[in-house]
Parts: sequence; C-alpha cells; structure tokens
Amino acid sequence: METKNIMIVGVGGQGSLLASKLLGHLLLAQGYDVKVSEVHGMSQRGGSVVTYVRYGDKVASPVIDKGEADYIVSFELLEAARWLEYLKPGGQIVTSTQQIDPMPVITGAASYPDKLVEKLRVAGAKVDALDCLGLAEQAGSSKATNIVLMGRLSHYFDLPEEAWQRSLEAMVPAKFLDLNRKAFALGKNT
Amino acid sequence: MKQLMLGNAAAARGLYEAGVSVVSSYPGTPSTEITEELAKYDDVYSEWAPNEKVAMEVAFGASLAGKRSFCGMKHVGLNVAADPLFTVSYTGVNGGMVIAVADDAGMHSSQNEQDSRHYARSAKLPMLEPSDSAEALAFARQAYELSERFDCPVLLKMCTRVAHSQSVVETGERVAPPAKPYEKNIAKYVMTPANAIRRHPHVEERMALLAEYAETSDLNRVEAGSDRSVGVITSSTSYQYVKEVCGDRYPVLKLGMVWPLPERKLRDFAASVEKLVVVEELDSFLETYLRELGLACVGKDVFPMLGEFSQNLVAEKLGVAPHTGTKLDENIPPRPPAMCAGCPHRGLFYTLSRNKCTVLGDIGCYTLGAAAPLGAIEMTLCMGASVSSIHGFNKALGSESEHKTVAVIGDSTFMHSGMTGLANIAYNRSNSTVIILDNSITGMTGHQQNPTTGFNIKGEPAGKIDLEALCRAMGFRRVRVVDPYDLDACDKAVREELAADEPSVIISRRPCALLKYVRHSAPLRVNADKCVGCKSCMKIGCPALSFRDGRARVDETLCVGCGVCGQLCKFGALESTAKED
Repeated sequence: METKNIMIVGVGGQGSLLASKLLGHLLLAQGYDVKVSEVHGMSQRGGSVVTYVRYGDKVASPVIDKGEADYIVSFELLEAARWLEYLKPGGQIVTSTQQIDPMPVITGAASYPDKLVEKLRVAGAKVDALDCLGLAEQAGSSKATNIVLMGRLSHYFDLPEEAWQRSLEAMVPAKFLDLNRKAFALGKNT
Repeated sequence: MKQLMLGNAAAARGLYEAGVSVVSSYPGTPSTEITEELAKYDDVYSEWAPNEKVAMEVAFGASLAGKRSFCGMKHVGLNVAADPLFTVSYTGVNGGMVIAVADDAGMHSSQNEQDSRHYARSAKLPMLEPSDSAEALAFARQAYELSERFDCPVLLKMCTRVAHSQSVVETGERVAPPAKPYEKNIAKYVMTPANAIRRHPHVEERMALLAEYAETSDLNRVEAGSDRSVGVITSSTSYQYVKEVCGDRYPVLKLGMVWPLPERKLRDFAASVEKLVVVEELDSFLETYLRELGLACVGKDVFPMLGEFSQNLVAEKLGVAPHTGTKLDENIPPRPPAMCAGCPHRGLFYTLSRNKCTVLGDIGCYTLGAAAPLGAIEMTLCMGASVSSIHGFNKALGSESEHKTVAVIGDSTFMHSGMTGLANIAYNRSNSTVIILDNSITGMTGHQQNPTTGFNIKGEPAGKIDLEALCRAMGFRRVRVVDPYDLDACDKAVREELAADEPSVIISRRPCALLKYVRHSAPLRVNADKCVGCKSCMKIGCPALSFRDGRARVDETLCVGCGVCGQLCKFGALESTAKED
C-alpha cells in the first residue's frame, strides 16, 4: 500500500501528542509500518505545532511535505488554514472550530481572518468542521478535544469501531477512559 | 514485540540493553529524552549534571572505574564539553563510554545549527549516525563494543527528526558485561605533556584501525539500484528522504558510521556509478572528504547548507517533480511561541521594559522576553553569556550603562555557567546588576530538576543550592528576592539596584506556572461596565487576553489568575471570578 499521511496541527499544549500516540497504536495494530514525528521544545510554548503520522507497507521519511497529507486534523481554525498547502489535492480536513488568537493578533499587529471554513472550501479542500471543544466539555473535560477529533476522524477510516476502542484503552489512563469513550462517541456521531 | 518508539527512547533502550550503568547529562532539545528514559531504569544510575562538561567528566570517571557510561547533550552542549572530549580521546576508556550529541538543523529550539560531525573529525573519535529508531537502538548497543574494542569514547549523533520521530523497534534483553577492574595507569590517564605525547600515536593508530573497520562493517552498506546513472552517498534522515523519493532506483551508499570514513568503499562505490551525489544536511562534511580523495560529486553546489531537508527538497534537487499543494490566499498571522499565561517571567520583563533597561539575556524560556510586545531582551548568545557579557558591556561603557543595564539568567542556566561570570563581576568589580529568574525548574526543555530545585532526576529529595547564600559568599552585599507577580515590588527592586553604586543580584522567584504542584488562583474576568478599552492590560502580551468589540476579554480556560494584568488596569475592570463561588 502506498504511504498514507495524517497531519495533526494546533497550538502548543492542546493535546496533539495523545492523538498521535493513539493513531500510532491503532495503525501499528493493523500491521502497517508507522512513523510519527513531532517537535518538542521551545515551539511548544503557545506556538504553532504539527505532528506527522505516516503509515503503509514501508514508510521512509518521518515527515509529511507540501501536497502530501491525506488528512489534516486541526485543533484550531487558523492552524488548519496555515497548513492547507500540505493537503493533497482532494484531501480531507477535520477541524475544530475553536479560534485562539496568536500573539500578533493579541498585540494588534494583525487580525484573525474571518470565514476560514468557507475560504478553505473555496480553495478546494473538503472540510469537516465542528465544535470539538464544546463536545469535549460535554463529555466532561475540555482536555478531551483530542479524542473528539479522533472520533470524527474515525468516520473516514475503514476500520472497525472495536480497533479504535482497543487503542483508546491502551493509550488513555484507566480513570479517564469513560470520559474519553464519551468524547470519541460525541466526535463520531455529532 | 514490535513497538513504536521515539528515536531518543530507542537510543536509551540500546544503551540499557548494552549494560550502561552510569549516566550523567544536561538537558537540551532534541537530546533530553535519552536521559529521561534511562532514568526510568532502576538498575542504571542516572543524574542531571549542572552542565555538559561536568556530565562528560562524570561519565569519564565511571568509565575509568570500569563501568559502561553515557552522557547526552545537544549540539551546543558539546561545545561546553569540548575540553574533556579532546583529551579523553587521548586517554581512552576503561569501561565503554558513549556520548550522544543531537543536532538541530532548522533550529526548532536552538541558537545555531552547527554540524557536530566536525567534532568527530577534529577530536579524532568515531561517530555513528542512526537514521531511525531501530538503528538508534542497534547503534547505541554497538557503540559500547566499539568503545571498548578501540579504546575510545564513541559519539552517537542524533538529529531532531531521528530523535523526535517514532518508528518501529524490537527490543532485546539487557546483557551487562562484567565490570572491568580499575587499574592505576599513570602513563595512560595522566595527560601531562610527557605522557600525552606518547598517547597521540595511539590516537592516530586507532583511527587507522577504525577506518579499516569502517570498510567492512555493516554500519556502512551499499543498497543496489536499477539505474546507475546516479549513485547517492547519504546518512541519517537524509537517507530516508532519498529512499522516499527514489525508492530502489539509484544505488545508495548508506553510512551509519560517518567518521572515520571508508576510503576504499567510497572509491569503489564512486567507480560503480556515473555520477556521485552526496545528500547531507548542514555542512559539506562527507563531500569535503570525497573531494580530498579526488572524487568528483554533486553536493552543496545543489543542496542547501541551511535548515532541514525534506522529501520535496530532495526530489527537486534530484530532478523528480515535487508534490505541491494549494496555499490559502489569505494573510495568515504567524503564531510564534509566547510566554505562557501566568508565566512568572512576564511581570519582570514588563518592569524592565517600562524602565527602559538594556537587557542582556540568556538561554531559556525567558528568551521569549525578546518577543513582541515586551521586546525587552537585546542580546542572547549562549548559556551564561548574560552574566559574563554585562561585565564587559559595563566596563566598556562605564557608569551610564551600569545604571540602566541588567543581565537576566534562569536558575538552571545560572547553575550551568552563570556562576563563573558572577565570580568575575565580584572579582574584577563592575557595578553590574544580575537578575536570576528563579522559576525552580529547567523550563524550556520540559521541566528537568537542577541543583537549585532540591530534587534529583527521579524526583527524590536531593541537595539544594541556596542562591542567596551563594551570591553573598561571592561577595555580593546587595542580594534581594522579589515576587515577579508583584509589579510594584519588581519596579522598586530594579530601580534601587540599578541606582546603587555596587554590584547586586535580584532573584525573581516564583515557580513555573506549568509545574503540577503550583496552585493557581481563580481566573480573572473582565467587567464590561468598568473596561474602557484602553488596552493597558494588553501591553504584557498574555495569551489569555484578547480584545473583542472594544473590550478586553479573558480566556478563562487559559488564565491562572496571576493578577499581573489587573495591576495595570486603572479602572479595576479585571475582577477575580473567585468571589462568585
């Protein structure tokens, strides 16, 4: 199988690490070769962060380049827009509608662009946008936004629900499992 | 069992399986997790040292005693440890010794993008360079065998994309070799000129033997290709990009040992292809060697010396069409890293900015004090440079500068290499003001303990250095502590210490807001009836504050109630949500 590419983008501290761990576990269990690449350090502090998940028969590069992502999973709208160039023609964006002002907007040096979902669609991307933060809060914690997004992403994968649930069990601490199962279901079924 | 493992964790696993027993490192992105992972093994002694030079000497001491030892650091950390490095190359080892060095092409979290391979050549040491997690594990294991067989430390070179990528590994069992006895050997271990001059021939002989080893070792392998019009010589993550783009089309000489290089293997490979292409990130290290051998190749005439490579870049340079995507036709504001909501550094930098101080900075989260809107820091060079350079700055400019210039340095960086600079101020007497930003942790690399925190790498109680007592012992009479959440106190301290006619130390003390044990106050909320939209609170650049519909707004999921913004509001519009409970 040709290598498939999933990019997870957001703002440092939003929980992309757990999402990529879950996907890594899930895809490895399906028998794929998998590579996951993340950046630690200074860029975590409120900066734009990106994690690459690649899977297939044999994966070489650990990163995803422009025009290669089959999926962009985004925790924040502006970040989905920032990384659009990495989406493969015909690729799918799954994004939370949350908006977080970056520092140049806070200081007044720039403004947060409006109507981003529409603009992404006009640019040719398939966009599935939903209020993942709201759904995570409904599940019991704003920190479960990552799992809401994973639930939503699961729509686009031809994998049994059971496989996702097994990876959730393996990657989420037992005391938060019910909450995350709920978050996953809300993301999937909303 | 097959599992996904971070490159750094895999290197740690390899070191563990090979029987490492003493580990000493200083954290630095992207090397930190190697040591953090080793610290999880109970049968390995691990520690954070105050700096990389100390760490390397600790590792050498353990090797001298006969045990397998390790130290890990980032590229610039090896500059700090370069002194022992060049001479441990002469003494050699007793127990095996491995030194990991992690480069950061693209400078994700570094002040330069130097290429550590030059150290292997100049210090005359072997260097192994894995290209994924499985190789990180295997090479780390093999490094100990080489270290003991050739009597020298072995450099294990990581880079961001190998260190911080997960790929599939299979782990093995720990097989610790029996410790070697320590034997007194003055001629080998006391590097006086008379002894060192007799050790130097051993170094040159060893490198010749290692070069011979490199000819036949499976660390360096030729992968066949169907099209011999091009042959690629590469290593590390560049190898992965080449395979991504070319698959099995061109023959590839994949180097796992990048120093010393196998001359015959390189010549044979060159002779087997029409055109030689060298794909290497950063400097023209392999290319330079090939040119010394008189082998023509394509290299830095086509590939950049700057930044990271990627598959699209390699494709373009090899004449393959790169993938392209569609950019959004929109002005997307950048999202640079910023100090966190509740960061204790913010109040202090606001104070320095307000007092128009000249601020000489250092390496840590607080380097973000240079970013808008505070724009407070005017110089950042390397670990400890704030304290040393303020002395030179003040000696050059005299009294006018002394009353407006400060050095800022974090607690961990101060322990790393700020103390010697402070000793120079005390000794050679400049009227300098040094501010230690004590957030009680090594912050930027992800919360590591240090000699001022009172805990060791495993979180157990440990020695704790008293910063005030230390500064006083050096001869500073003016040493004071302020809470950076208290803007009036900060302002008073900075003004008074700059006005004083003797050197002083201000310790700005408050733990990092991200530490789990820190208890936060209730978030603030903007009272829309009181807010006049003056934007005074926006001056501190807090990510929890935004401006919507002519009023300030607090993101209550981010705000930790530090209250610094509230101290700037003349209208009392920022109110605590605690009263409502």
